[in-house]
Amino acid sequence: MNKKAKAYALRREVLDMVYRSKAGHIGGDFSVMEILTTLYYDVLDITPENFSSNDRDHFILSKGHSVEALYAVLSDRGFFPKEDLKTVSTFQSPYIGHPNNKINGIEMNSGSLGHGLPVAVGMALAMKLDQKPHRVYTVLGDGELAEGSNWEGAMAAGHYHLDNLCAVIDRNGLQISGTTEEVMTAEDIEKRFSAFGWETARVSGNDYDALKAAFPKAKETKGKPFLIVADTVKGKGVSFMENRAGWHHRVPTEEEYLAAKEELEKKEAFYNETESK
Amino acid sequence: MKPKANKEVICDQLMERAKTDRDLLVLCSDSRGSASLAPFADAYPDQFIETGIAEQNLVSIAAGLARCGKRPFVASPACFLSTRSMEQAKIDVAYSKTNVKLIGISGGISYGALGLTHHSTQDIAVFTSMPGMRVYFPSDAALTEALLQQLIEDDTPAYIRVGRNPVETVYENGVTLEQNKAVTVKEGTDAALIACGEMVYPALQAAKTLEKEGISVRVLDMYCLKPIDQEAVLKAAQTGVIVTVEEHCPYGGLGSMVAQIVAENGNATVKCLSLPDEPAVAGTSKEVFHLYGLDAEHIAAVVKERVKK
Repeated sequence: MNKKAKAYALRREVLDMVYRSKAGHIGGDFSVMEILTTLYYDVLDITPENFSSNDRDHFILSKGHSVEALYAVLSDRGFFPKEDLKTVSTFQSPYIGHPNNKINGIEMNSGSLGHGLPVAVGMALAMKLDQKPHRVYTVLGDGELAEGSNWEGAMAAGHYHLDNLCAVIDRNGLQISGTTEEVMTAEDIEKRFSAFGWETARVSGNDYDALKAAFPKAKETKGKPFLIVADTVKGKGVSFMENRAGWHHRVPTEEEYLAAKEELEKKEAFYNETESK
Repeated sequence: MKPKANKEVICDQLMERAKTDRDLLVLCSDSRGSASLAPFADAYPDQFIETGIAEQNLVSIAAGLARCGKRPFVASPACFLSTRSMEQAKIDVAYSKTNVKLIGISGGISYGALGLTHHSTQDIAVFTSMPGMRVYFPSDAALTEALLQQLIEDDTPAYIRVGRNPVETVYENGVTLEQNKAVTVKEGTDAALIACGEMVYPALQAAKTLEKEGISVRVLDMYCLKPIDQEAVLKAAQTGVIVTVEEHCPYGGLGSMVAQIVAENGNATVKCLSLPDEPAVAGTSKEVFHLYGLDAEHIAAVVKERVKK
């Protein structure tokens, strides 16, 4: 399956998880999907085989509430059986509503926002100290930028010239209470990070080709950490969920579930027909 | 010779180990001087990481380093480490099980006249509440040395609180630690004093005074607050009278834990001596401890009163 179709197939997995467990954060799961698929299929040197070693890349999903998207990607990459997804958010399941590092493929527990970037700074420093070639990636939400700890991490990453660190912001523009600009102004993100010593790029964040082209630039940049602001659509892929803050963590009704499934299947089929593998 | 401050002992131990262990790192938040770790930073600049005055970042960075196989020791004033970075300790260290050792320096009311912002009288409550976090309050230089030798070897999270100033020697001939077991500093049968950190010395002095008056008091150094040595507490309860002494607020500390153990499984009265539930007054440690009844004279008086009952 080509990667564009894959993103829609995995959105269907997310839809099933959320509908089955009656829990989850479907809006952000859908906005971040192309970012995660690009990372896990084209960028990261992280596999089920090398995960127990430190000689590999590292990834932290700082916007931990999008864990259903991460579960879908990790199971597809073979970190754990797809069958496990049926237990998400059920009694005594390790597959809880935020990343849990007791699960194969998950690095750190996250979910309280503003932790991923500072922890990633520590990982990038460790790799620098050991002169290892590996890289560290983290994905943040845009509403998450209001957490002050991000700016402590951004400052340290610039100070230590961590060019092995790449942060991606899932810039869907919405958070629980409304738009990010209403709740706490997030723009101009690139200028803010640039002032802290980062190199930045802005891409269309649900566009696989654009994302795929952005990550090599991060790797080529020397002496500075790299930020990718990925402009995405919250709820991407399902017309009635797109750009609606209410779908931050709403659970679809049966009717909505069936309608969403149909839309996602159509998009998956479209990309399967129009894109080469 | 005046004994070294516990934080200086920690620096010595870390420097000794750093000679052969490139993965041992020290992190400070503009606190290398107050932590007495400047010698480490000078001797091992490649193993020292400065995060600036940013305690949240300090702890998260340490967790990231640990996740990649490093063995970070984080040293920052206990007041900030236990509250400003509490969530980072809870999530990035304890919950994620990263091998980070958090050293709270100048703990309790060590900073004296600097006031409540700089006092840490809640750190037992804070760190014992985190699943997976161990908590240690070493009493003197010898115990700090023995404890560090253990902690350098293991690979799970811990918080260690030490004071600012040199403390009186409890163990003239050194001390051997059995892992997470309280040290019986003095045997006794009429009552038991259970103390931690800098309160062990005045507790021992109180017991020695009472001995002369014919009252036999056991003294336990409960340097390991978590996991706490329940067996030692229950054995102490057999005396019928327990008095706990801690440089901490009245809630969620050593006294609370001992009282819980005794209430569930023991049979003794428990009197808890601590700092009050209010900002401590300005003063030297000696002056402040005296005011709040945390000196040998008052401890002895309390034990005597309890034994009489």
